[in-house]
Amino acid sequence: MGVVTPQGMTKADLVELIYERVGSSRKEACEVVEAVFAIIRDSLRHGQKVKISGFGTFLVNQKHARRGRNPQTGEPITIDSRRVLSFKPSQVLKERVNDGSKPAL
Amino acid sequence: MTKREIIQELLARRQKFTHRESETIVNAMFDAMANSLTRGERIEIRGFGSFAVKQRRARQGRNPKTGQLVRVDAKQIPFFRAGKELRIEVNGAEEAGR
Repeated sequence: MGVVTPQGMTKADLVELIYERVGSSRKEACEVVEAVFAIIRDSLRHGQKVKISGFGTFLVNQKHARRGRNPQTGEPITIDSRRVLSFKPSQVLKERVNDGSKPAL
Repeated sequence: MTKREIIQELLARRQKFTHRESETIVNAMFDAMANSLTRGERIEIRGFGSFAVKQRRARQGRNPKTGQLVRVDAKQIPFFRAGKELRIEVNGAEEAGR
């Protein structure tokens, strides 16, 4: 299993884990971890959602333009339409997070 | 895109790996992240975003069908915040792509 650093998990922990699992080299493990995130990013950039069973779904939502106000000056401003990313955790992950005593692995 | 498609795309991009290895890699990454969240840890993936577990307090809710008051227990929810780069990428593609 990956090394647990005090601040939680980072990409380096995933690299270590992949290195342990599939071997070859740390450099290769690093490249492959980067590649997985790059694939997800590319899909999201094209507005396509990414569903990872047992983990959750990354969704791209379209927000309409709306009138807003600068909260400091009260000045009305237009907030342009934009696309935002959201993450919907899977039911399995939600249950596991609430019942931390039962890790699946 | 699904996990299976990520595995296929990884195979296409990193031809050194077999299908089995590709599968192992993608599954191991997300299993490890899920386990980390289950332990209540934070996950930080630079250039992508961070995951954390947030605490929600118990509250009074209503059954939306019947209007009846119900107690909603305190719970923990996994939470993701996209990194700045990814937020810009997701939003920027629209103007460029259409």
